[in-house]
Amino acid sequence: MDKETKTKIHLFFRRLFKRKLVMLAAILVLFFILTAIFAPLLTPYEPNKQDLTAILQKPSASHWLGTDEAGRDVLTRIFYGARTSLIIGVVSVLISAVAGVTLGLVSAYYGGLLNTVISRFIDVLMSLPSLMLALALGLVFGHSIGSLMIILGISTIPTYTRMMSAQVLSVKNQDYITAERVAGARNSRILISHILPNCFSPILVLLTSNIGMTILAESSLSFLGMGINPPTASWGAMVSAGCSKLLLNPVYGIAPGICVCLLVYGFNVLGDGLRDVLDPRLRGSL
Amino acid sequence: MGRYIAKRFGQAAIVLLLVSLFTYLLLYMMPGDPVYAMLGGDITREQYDIAYAKMHLGDPLLLRYVRWLFDFVTGEWGNSFKYSEPVRQIIAVRLPVTMYLGVWSIIISTLAGILFGVICGTKRGKAADSVIITCANFGAVMPAFWLAVLGMYIFSLKLGWLPTHGFTMPSEDLGLSIQQSILPLIALSVGGIGGTTRQMRSGMLDVVRQDYIRTARSKGLKESQVIWRHAFRNAVLPVVTLTGMSFRNVVAGAVSIEQVFGIAGMGSLLINSILSKDIAVVQSCIMIISIVVVMSNLLVDILYGILDARIRVE
Repeated sequence: MDKETKTKIHLFFRRLFKRKLVMLAAILVLFFILTAIFAPLLTPYEPNKQDLTAILQKPSASHWLGTDEAGRDVLTRIFYGARTSLIIGVVSVLISAVAGVTLGLVSAYYGGLLNTVISRFIDVLMSLPSLMLALALGLVFGHSIGSLMIILGISTIPTYTRMMSAQVLSVKNQDYITAERVAGARNSRILISHILPNCFSPILVLLTSNIGMTILAESSLSFLGMGINPPTASWGAMVSAGCSKLLLNPVYGIAPGICVCLLVYGFNVLGDGLRDVLDPRLRGSL
Repeated sequence: MGRYIAKRFGQAAIVLLLVSLFTYLLLYMMPGDPVYAMLGGDITREQYDIAYAKMHLGDPLLLRYVRWLFDFVTGEWGNSFKYSEPVRQIIAVRLPVTMYLGVWSIIISTLAGILFGVICGTKRGKAADSVIITCANFGAVMPAFWLAVLGMYIFSLKLGWLPTHGFTMPSEDLGLSIQQSILPLIALSVGGIGGTTRQMRSGMLDVVRQDYIRTARSKGLKESQVIWRHAFRNAVLPVVTLTGMSFRNVVAGAVSIEQVFGIAGMGSLLINSILSKDIAVVQSCIMIISIVVVMSNLLVDILYGILDARIRVE
């Protein structure tokens, strides 16, 4: 890496973390990423191993957040739940970004019938409640981790498509694109090597805040029993199971929800911070 | 204006048509036999054959879809195998419950959000602003189901102030209805309050920088007049759009909140029929919810057109 790039990166992070809140959000997100990666090292317990001698215990020295209805350590399952949330969040956002960006590029660049068809499809996705759509798609695709990622990804496609369409329309008729075309460049080349790189910053901003939204959606689906299959730990499913055990171990139902709030909040603030640094025109409110 | 309304109507109609196509195809995209999906697993061979003929499964798909759509439009929504009742009757009981909670939640979140947003926008950087905006940012990301569980633990189980379960319409028993609505409404509204506050705050911050606000101040108007008569009117416009979109979020919230509090509304009907694969009910639920959501969006867009002259001209 040459010196100039290094200075640029340094400057970028300095501007990003100038706001204390963004710094805090980054630490929050990093904290959950680390607990997800190092989950096995942080706890002596297995996430799915049942211990029927220690059912629904209140928090104690050996089980900091108590145990659940199968005697599993709640804190351990929260660590592993971070894994589930982050993996599903990141992968489904990537799926949705690839699909949404492609649709946006193609529809705005070529226009015509293709644009009409894609726009109507996006209209439908935007006007339906995404949770209802996810529940309906669950009937078709089932509830494996892969299908869950696709289902959750589909609901955020419109954000990318709209943004890409706007970007493409704004650069499509500029001189350098016309020059490329005159020079004989193919459409695919123009799209991939000239238009796409221009859109890197807004895509990054959307990716970050959509991870938060997707994690929130995943927790809702898991809460309803339509998310990831048990016994894999998931925060939403833990709240759902803990809901009926509130009098025995209230922490079991409440703590995983706090984790959802913190992680989603972290991604949202980080997304806002990125937007302020990368795209001053869209400066928002923190 | 007439053209704008006609265009928005056309768009809404296309969206609903596409939704109906997807909803119809759901039956065939599901793994398994469509007849069993429609009637449940435990039917005899004769019942199967009768249903097969009745569903016209030999006909082309497009013809079947058109027939299904016609039936739906004329109010013929089939029977639920789980409840053994016509779907129309089930929905007629449950839709008012969700609409009642949903409309109240939208009113609460819009009014509270606007109020908090104006406070933030006019007291930028002060303590009140920081506290409110931090709460709003957290409120916007709190899962509704978790708020419901938390509220139930604190106010029903620990303090014993409010009932844990059930819902009564206000026409039957007003006192009980209010008691039972408080927790679901809080859980349903907090996200909306957070979102509206954020939108209203940034709207106010944008507007107060404009020249006409400086003009209003310099001609000696009182600060309250400047804010409410001049700044507020323009800052509130984007909130109108947000309110239209909030029907979508209310549906999402209603599904899990109705589960927590055992409320027999559309949300719990949708999730229960999906869990039991009661496809006739699932299809009708999706159609009805979509119609309500799309129509509310349409209404808000038209309202927006009336309020904002720039849209009309476009």
